[in-house]
Amino acid sequence: MNKIINDIRETARQLLAEGKVDVVIGYEKGSLPLKATPCFVHSSEGVDSLIWDETCENNLATYVAKTPGKKAIVAKGCDSRALAVLLQENQIVRDDLYIIGVSCHGVIDQRKIGAEVGEILEASISDGKISVKGMEGDKEYLFTEVKDATCQTCRYPNPVMEDLHIGDTIEVSQEAAAFADVEALESKSDSERQEYFKEQMSKCIRCYACRNACPLCYCQECFVDCNSPRWLTGGVNRAENLLFQAGRVMHLAGRCVDCGACSRACPQGVDIRALNRKMTKDVYVMYNHESGISEEGKPALNEYSANDPEQFLVKE
Amino acid sequence: MGEIQVETENKKYEPKIAAFLCNWCSYAGADLAGVGRIQYPATIRTIRVPCSGRINPLYVLKAMANGADGVLVSGCHPGDCHYISGNYVARRKFALIKSLLNHVGLEEDRISFSWVSAAEGGRFAEVVKGVTERVSALGPNNGIFKVVDGGAADE
Repeated sequence: MNKIINDIRETARQLLAEGKVDVVIGYEKGSLPLKATPCFVHSSEGVDSLIWDETCENNLATYVAKTPGKKAIVAKGCDSRALAVLLQENQIVRDDLYIIGVSCHGVIDQRKIGAEVGEILEASISDGKISVKGMEGDKEYLFTEVKDATCQTCRYPNPVMEDLHIGDTIEVSQEAAAFADVEALESKSDSERQEYFKEQMSKCIRCYACRNACPLCYCQECFVDCNSPRWLTGGVNRAENLLFQAGRVMHLAGRCVDCGACSRACPQGVDIRALNRKMTKDVYVMYNHESGISEEGKPALNEYSANDPEQFLVKE
Repeated sequence: MGEIQVETENKKYEPKIAAFLCNWCSYAGADLAGVGRIQYPATIRTIRVPCSGRINPLYVLKAMANGADGVLVSGCHPGDCHYISGNYVARRKFALIKSLLNHVGLEEDRISFSWVSAAEGGRFAEVVKGVTERVSALGPNNGIFKVVDGGAADE
């Protein structure tokens, strides 16, 4: 039992016992190995199911607006950034929210492990080592080897806002954001990129898991469910899939906090982040804006400046 | 019947371009081009919108998905918006749509943005000519938005 889990449980117990919050949103052990699942604790008896480790991959900010009453939330860096955007957009009330901040070293990319050992049957984590028993063999990994792609470039492992911090904070370099993954794609030719995205879009089955996992996809009626106008005809082919993915990414432009929840939720392994990261980069480069790094401010597309770049115009 | 067939075969490829024009400037600019009898290619299908800020990125995506060969979006010059800031807000969206679609492999010239005022009838014609030329050079929209057999695993 590590100290962070203990502190989270103690805090949750206190908050619930004192009646400061009605519910604590955190993680509990999931039914599958290496998988934590979101958990809603309503009374102090339930706090012992709360956990904290490298499998806590969901972005809990997704559930805040949907959960009635006063709530406490266990928040990693990206969760807190999503909360900040939700606050900027008046989707949640700060006074109803108690943020238990935890610094995050990153989460495990299960797909990477699953690709090597087959379906994961058993797994245990200790001291940065993960031993996995899979259908097609056993293997031991260092955590750094199987860290999720999002977490490898994470610049905000510490919550950007919190009411209480649990555990240590993590030192991060204050260098400008790096977009090596986007640049690698950009350096390819149009047709190569087209091939890449054709392949990615062919994989998508439009289950909308990405949308549901996303903390910032909160529209009452998503454009894909809209009957009038019918943006999507209902067929699943890669052109329609692109319309969905590109539409969603445009909705997230200047808001996406790059938590990677969409990619991790995707059952088909579609490279959704390739699109989101491109928009994040453009917004960063063109408008010098990073989403959700403070409660104040507005999403990039809600603002403008008279000197915004105009390279996209036709020459005439 | 046969003659008609021959005619269509010889006909030069004419792209279909969806043109989203803002009511206050570009639509009036197009009107001025018409009133002034300035010739420009009949390739655009005009869709009048109240303001360039009214243009949902999905309009552009949907137009491409529905088989347009190109999209032209035009509004008032920055600073001249009838609604003060509509085109300023739109400008950021436009830059991102263009960049995103180019990133997924749509040819850069398929989607064009321009500012045309109500007084620029001649320029409107020039813009349409330019856009038509570039889209014609690219040919039909058979790239990322086109699926031949409608199946998911068509590659």
